[in-house]
Amino acid sequence: MKIIVPIKRVIDYAIKIRVDASKGPLGVELKNTKMSINPFCEIAVEEAIQLKEAAAKAKKGDAEVVAVSIGPKQCSETIRTALAMGADRGVHIETKPDVRGDYIDLQPFGIARLLKGIVDREGDVDLVLMGKQSIDSDCGQTGPFLAGLLDSPQATFAASVEREDDGSFVVERETDAGTETIKLKPSGSPAIITCDLRLNTPRYPTMPNIMKAKKKPCETISLEDMVTELGLDLDDVLVPKNEVIEVYEPPPRKEGETVESIDDLLGKLKEKGLLS
Amino acid sequence: PMHQQSRSESTLVIAEPSSDESALAPATLSAVTAASKLHSGPISLLTFASGSASVPAGVSSVIQAKAEGDASLLAETVTNAVVAANEKHNFTHIVTPGTKFGANYLGRAGAQLGVSPISDVVEVLSESLIVYNEDTFVRPLYAGNALAKVVAKGDGPKLISVRPTAFEKAEADSEPASTETIDVSANELTEWLLESVSKSERPDLGAASVVISGGRGMKNGENFAMLEKLADKLGGAVGASRAAVDAGFVPNDLQVGQTGKVVAPDLYIAVGISGAIQHLSGMKDSKTIVAINKDKEAPIFQVADYGLVADLFDAVPELTDKV
Repeated sequence: MKIIVPIKRVIDYAIKIRVDASKGPLGVELKNTKMSINPFCEIAVEEAIQLKEAAAKAKKGDAEVVAVSIGPKQCSETIRTALAMGADRGVHIETKPDVRGDYIDLQPFGIARLLKGIVDREGDVDLVLMGKQSIDSDCGQTGPFLAGLLDSPQATFAASVEREDDGSFVVERETDAGTETIKLKPSGSPAIITCDLRLNTPRYPTMPNIMKAKKKPCETISLEDMVTELGLDLDDVLVPKNEVIEVYEPPPRKEGETVESIDDLLGKLKEKGLLS
Repeated sequence: PMHQQSRSESTLVIAEPSSDESALAPATLSAVTAASKLHSGPISLLTFASGSASVPAGVSSVIQAKAEGDASLLAETVTNAVVAANEKHNFTHIVTPGTKFGANYLGRAGAQLGVSPISDVVEVLSESLIVYNEDTFVRPLYAGNALAKVVAKGDGPKLISVRPTAFEKAEADSEPASTETIDVSANELTEWLLESVSKSERPDLGAASVVISGGRGMKNGENFAMLEKLADKLGGAVGASRAAVDAGFVPNDLQVGQTGKVVAPDLYIAVGISGAIQHLSGMKDSKTIVAINKDKEAPIFQVADYGLVADLFDAVPELTDKV
């Protein structure tokens, strides 16, 4: 079994970003800001490793987990994190330093094309496991987009993933009303599964595993070279189809007030006509 | 609206399945409002329901999708229906509710139509084509801490999902002028097995005018009964923070936030919720926010219109008694 896990480097989830108009119309500062692996991607890495471990335990053959990241040279650190967690090798598609992955330059339309190219290049991929969304662009499109390009069975918002003996994947997925369970049947194309928060709790890489990860293979190739190798149209990948013309801060909320008691609170809510 | 029509424009709105076949889902009604801001051309509604629901004014036709052998609405099936409807009518715009239902197939439909979708539109600027001479939308980035103005480029239909809380619900009160059916080919890739749906007599979380949410401060699932009691008195829905979901207090479909549901009720009462960025992202557009928390430094107080520093185990029963 071969599993591809696309991972993204994003501003750390605990940082409250600021829009600095002095930086120009697209001024979200990325430099000197703490970056981390996108939390949903971390869950995808964990799930891939758990599937690998489960296959080994049940003596159902070895699985290979390949972490793929698209972005600036620091993405190699993100791949090392995945390798330290247990991924077998990495592929880094390196972009020029000024290319922004937070929707301004790279968008799902291009990313999904690159990922399809990687799937085709690797061959024999059984599963692509990825986050349900990145917390910077908040698009949530790349997984289903890739499934559409590959004509693959898909499951988004996975809360549990089981591999069956016939090679199908049974996925319980979060819906608006609860959950539903679907089976992704084996087809000529890999199954695409996007991970929700509840799927698992990612492990912390141990020091020995961090050391071992340094020796694991990671191929780095420039985005331009990769596009050429894959025979893609560079404009399809690098020119955003949806042009961002301005990024701005949402209007602040009116300053609130402290109430001293429930009676005080009820008085205020009645005054506003929210309660009768 | 002022509009230079280079070719006749028309929109397809995808109706999300409704628990009540005789009425459209609230998120669909919001999507119709967003669609009405795009251009003055006709709006069609794609539905999988067999019942005949009344539609909002402006919806001129209903396209009923008949999916063979597939009772549930998997992404592959919905995408096949959208592509089939578009092949027949060549729409200039396709609008889908920005719910999990919509997010599930938006990207897939984009790939199969060869277009780049725009997720979670909160504002349609296309009405003002004097300023924006192409379709221009506003969508949130970074958990709603930034807003982006986005111009939809490229050929093919403009494919967008719209955040239901950002648009009023259109009133459904008329009959569509025409109804047609399209056959949707069977989906061979996936098989639906079963579902587990949380049943509640309370209003739908995404559409309720009052929401009472609990966080880690609730301590356990049993204590959520306190919030349910208050919700029942106020005719509201119960929500939760991720911390409460992760701790197993309540099921995930109650989660409000960046990765859960986005709500914007008239009144949002946050109980025992600290107010992490990811939670604020899902509720900070509520009209009035009340926070009850014993930690006066909790970030939730920075967005609350009314903040009460108190032990929730005293405050909530007192509030329930007095409303």
